[in-house]
Amino acid sequence: MSTRTEQDLSQLLRQFLLPATLVVVAGLLVVDLFRRLVTGAVGTATLATFLWDGVVFGMAIGLAGIGLAMTYSILKFANFAHGDYITFGAFAGWMVTFVVAGLGDFSLDLLVLVSGELSVADIGINVLATPLAIVLGLVVAAAATAALALVVDRIVFKPMRDADGISLLIASVGVALALRHVLLLVFQGSSRTLTTDVASVSVSVGDGAVAFGAHEVTLVVLAAVLMIGTHALLQYTKLGTAMRAMADNEDLARVTGIPTERVVRTAWLLGGALTGAAGFLIALESGTMNTSFGWELLLVIFSAVILGGIGSVYGAIAGGLIIGVASRLSLIWLPSELILAGAFGVMIVALLVKPQGLLGGVKTV
Amino acid sequence: MSEPTETPATRLLAWLTDGDLRLLSVLTVSLFVLVWVLSFFSGIREPGRILSQIQGVAFIAVLYVMLALSLNLQWGYTGLLNLGVAGFMAIGVYTMALLSMPTSAAVPGLGLPLWIGIPGGVLVASLFGALVALPAIRLQADYLAIVTLAFSEIVRLVIRSQEAASFTIAGTRLGTGGTDSLALPTSPVKVLLYEDPSQPAAIAAASPTPLGDILFTAGEQIGASPAVMESLVYTVFLLVIAVAFFWLVSRIANSPFGRVLKAIREDELVASSLGKDTRLFKIKVFALGSGMMGLVSILWFLERGSVTPATFVPDLTFFVFVALILGGSGSNMGGVIGSLVFVVLLLESPRFIRRIIRESFDPPAPPETIFDALSGVDPLLGYFTSQESISALRFILLGIILVYLMQQRPDGLLGHRTEVASNVDLADRQQTEEES
Amino acid sequence: MTAQQSRTADADSETDAILSVQDLRKSFGGITAVDGVSFEIEPGSITGLIGPNGAGKSTTFNLISGAYTPDSGTIVFDGTDITGYRPDRVATRGLVRSFQIARELPEMSVLENVMLAPQHQLGETLYRSVLPGFRSGVETQERELRERAWETLEFFEIDHLATENAGNLSGGQRKLLEMARVLMTDPEMILLDEPLAGVNPTLEQKLIERLHELKADGYTFLFVEHDMDIVMNNCDPIIVMHQGQKLAEGAPETIKEDDRVLEAYLGGEVEQ
Ligand SMILES: Nc1ncnc2c1ncn2[C@@H]1O[C@H](COP(=O)(O)OP(=O)(O)O)[C@@H](O)[C@H]1O
Ligand SMILES: [Mg+2]
Repeated sequence: MSTRTEQDLSQLLRQFLLPATLVVVAGLLVVDLFRRLVTGAVGTATLATFLWDGVVFGMAIGLAGIGLAMTYSILKFANFAHGDYITFGAFAGWMVTFVVAGLGDFSLDLLVLVSGELSVADIGINVLATPLAIVLGLVVAAAATAALALVVDRIVFKPMRDADGISLLIASVGVALALRHVLLLVFQGSSRTLTTDVASVSVSVGDGAVAFGAHEVTLVVLAAVLMIGTHALLQYTKLGTAMRAMADNEDLARVTGIPTERVVRTAWLLGGALTGAAGFLIALESGTMNTSFGWELLLVIFSAVILGGIGSVYGAIAGGLIIGVASRLSLIWLPSELILAGAFGVMIVALLVKPQGLLGGVKTV
Repeated sequence: MSEPTETPATRLLAWLTDGDLRLLSVLTVSLFVLVWVLSFFSGIREPGRILSQIQGVAFIAVLYVMLALSLNLQWGYTGLLNLGVAGFMAIGVYTMALLSMPTSAAVPGLGLPLWIGIPGGVLVASLFGALVALPAIRLQADYLAIVTLAFSEIVRLVIRSQEAASFTIAGTRLGTGGTDSLALPTSPVKVLLYEDPSQPAAIAAASPTPLGDILFTAGEQIGASPAVMESLVYTVFLLVIAVAFFWLVSRIANSPFGRVLKAIREDELVASSLGKDTRLFKIKVFALGSGMMGLVSILWFLERGSVTPATFVPDLTFFVFVALILGGSGSNMGGVIGSLVFVVLLLESPRFIRRIIRESFDPPAPPETIFDALSGVDPLLGYFTSQESISALRFILLGIILVYLMQQRPDGLLGHRTEVASNVDLADRQQTEEES
Repeated sequence: MTAQQSRTADADSETDAILSVQDLRKSFGGITAVDGVSFEIEPGSITGLIGPNGAGKSTTFNLISGAYTPDSGTIVFDGTDITGYRPDRVATRGLVRSFQIARELPEMSVLENVMLAPQHQLGETLYRSVLPGFRSGVETQERELRERAWETLEFFEIDHLATENAGNLSGGQRKLLEMARVLMTDPEMILLDEPLAGVNPTLEQKLIERLHELKADGYTFLFVEHDMDIVMNNCDPIIVMHQGQKLAEGAPETIKEDDRVLEAYLGGEVEQ
């Protein structure tokens, strides 16, 4: 029967052909990479640098993705304002860092605006020179973003608890637009430099060396600490158990109706804090920021979260690392302008192959 | 009840009181009177310049009407959350440029005539629509939103990349111009009006066609330049196409095909359990709607004469969504009315209001920072009426409106509207029965 | 294609069953909802499918109708293996189901809900619904469908609600709409999942009479119902499910006497 064949074909395509093609393509890339290494077209040090950059970027995206995955699993909607929460966190945190580091030497209003007018060399912020300012900034970034997430939830999402995921998604687009432009109105559009150059440790690899910058290491270490902390919180506290139950067990969600407000608040609080921290750290590592950098990261974060199986915290971390490393490695083949396009393409193909995400649709929070 | 004698006036009155049409005409007239008043108070007083303002707003309004109607097919009727509107628009206009730009241009195309270039752009936008619909077949709505948004960003990033800016296929050099603005073929309306349409407007206006001559002379009477008259003709031409869009989308909505679309939106499993191959319907609707979006952007930028990839950021998509949701998605008249309100009140009036404030209060140049602005009323006004601040304020307002609509008025400002999904009057039989 | 033709076309079919389910299995996470169920349905019968709540009846329906894909097992309808078919393919072959919890299309009128159902409508093709030359044919068909829809609504006594949005209907009215829609598809076999829940007794009687009329016309029914009286008096044979498995199958008299069935119901509804 023709319908039968058609059915089989699409099944075949999805479950065998597409994954097989992916495996073949990946295999070819590995072979080509090997060839390039052997012929010296790509040095081992270059490769190692790409890998390290990928891990740094991946940890940043993974950390930023946890909050998105968390609210997705609890409230069942994709929060398009998440990227702007990242920006908000970064600005809140860097305001404090600037004030702490520069008070007395510079006028307060310029410090508060993280103004590009200030001479970065004179303030001299970096993790080695002004660790206290950085730590305070990080804490404030987390706290302020958690507060923002709660306030937005109270005003925007809470009145819509029984609305469908799509209405919530569209409302979150509204939040994204408003928040980004409030930041733009206050801080204005130009990019600002935040930090001065910082020491790095060089490790020689093959034909060259890989530099581990202090800010990169800070990001990776702090992101790892925060991830482990989140894991512990979810695994070993009562509230964490409740959150996992809520996300895991749809029957329970159905029986209890809408998730309890306490769990929802915790998700925003925790997710918001991690998101703010991620924003602060991403800005620290890149050394610059503007009012739309979070929005521009949103789709990358979505890609990571989807790769990991949307709604799964561990998936978000894994997805972040995959996207991070893959995007930096792809520099070997792709011009840097097209890396993002490549990452989005990978996400779309991944969704075609496994709509539940590559790491399975099991929601583990 | 006394029957008034039938005169043209009473007939016009009867027509005006016919629900939707009345609403539409009254609203359109009031909105454009508002544009006139706003232009007047912002110091634009000469009839020719006011006409130019009104036609400028009308041009954008008609474009948004068409975009909202296309999106209504996908989102309003079928419930497919397509956040890639900007991407399909970009594909349409850039394909047209690749096909129809002269081979001798700075960024050359294939040099094919527009009657191939325009359908070609529409077709390619449609094909991509069908392609993107493939994941839509199996994906939940929120995944689809992310996939379509990602798709539209891929399109934009590729168009602006160095690789696409200029490339060679089979010995033919082609290109998108990268991040730069790309010159487009001469608009067909220019051909109607000028003997030598490829010349710059000022030179071309010296030798108009007979039709151009009539229009330009008429324009001169009210002080409207040939350029304004040309845009006016273009806007009228767009209006005709917008009416065709309305006809097409309404005809689809009021048909068994539209009935299946609505059923997919309401509950896809029900539609498929009743034997409808919902996948095919989704692909068709995605292809058709995306092709229409491609056409709109072709027509838009042909008039402008050039296009840049920066236009096709996701914000453009969100604008179309606000326009549609404002009037009520799932209703064509709602989409039209929403677009008019959106363009006049939200998109265009801020720049008039800014001018009016600057004219009447003459605030100082915008202070450097918001703290400097807080030092007094005048600096504050200066800060908030800068071009950038007005644009930001407009986005903030849009965001708030989107949230408000989703919370309070998910059916749009007009409230719930029903359009019967059949091409016969379903209540008809009931009436004949009651009569007998 | 009539049932007769397709049956003769299918040479290796052992019986003349219209629907044959073999060793069907489906589990959700840890729960095995359907655990190796096999049965055959005779054409022109009203077969009852009973079992306590959670026995797996609705899941069986979902598997047969293509809403879920079975983990294993085969489903043969009218001589064709339809295992794993998409719901629309199953429906276009003439096997249509109703939902236990009525799934009306809330923002569409009752009439639109019903007119959606008929198969192979001309106007469901995009160009026919739009292009002027083709549209008159569509309109003629729409008028016919409208007539049939009104008749169906009258039969189910919801014609006064025809132009109402289906979302405004009461629970019982929704079940009727669900039934009306299924009948409008003009299927060969109908799976009814508790169609009478919430329907008033007079109408209930009328619906059961209609069921028998349709049966006489050659329609086949697989019928889930909780009211034992109704099942015992109207269905033959009866299949009993319990914990995802088939517990018993037979004529109402034998089912009434079956100890395992009584036990499964814990002496509940079966006792009169
Ligand atoms: N989609 C689903 N996800 C998880 N469990 C399900 C799902 N559908 C049914 N079940 C489970 O399968 C079992 C059988 O349910 P069902 O087929 O609805 O029984 P019945 O219709 O006989 O009352 C129940 O335990 C139910 O909870
Ligand atoms: Mg059931």
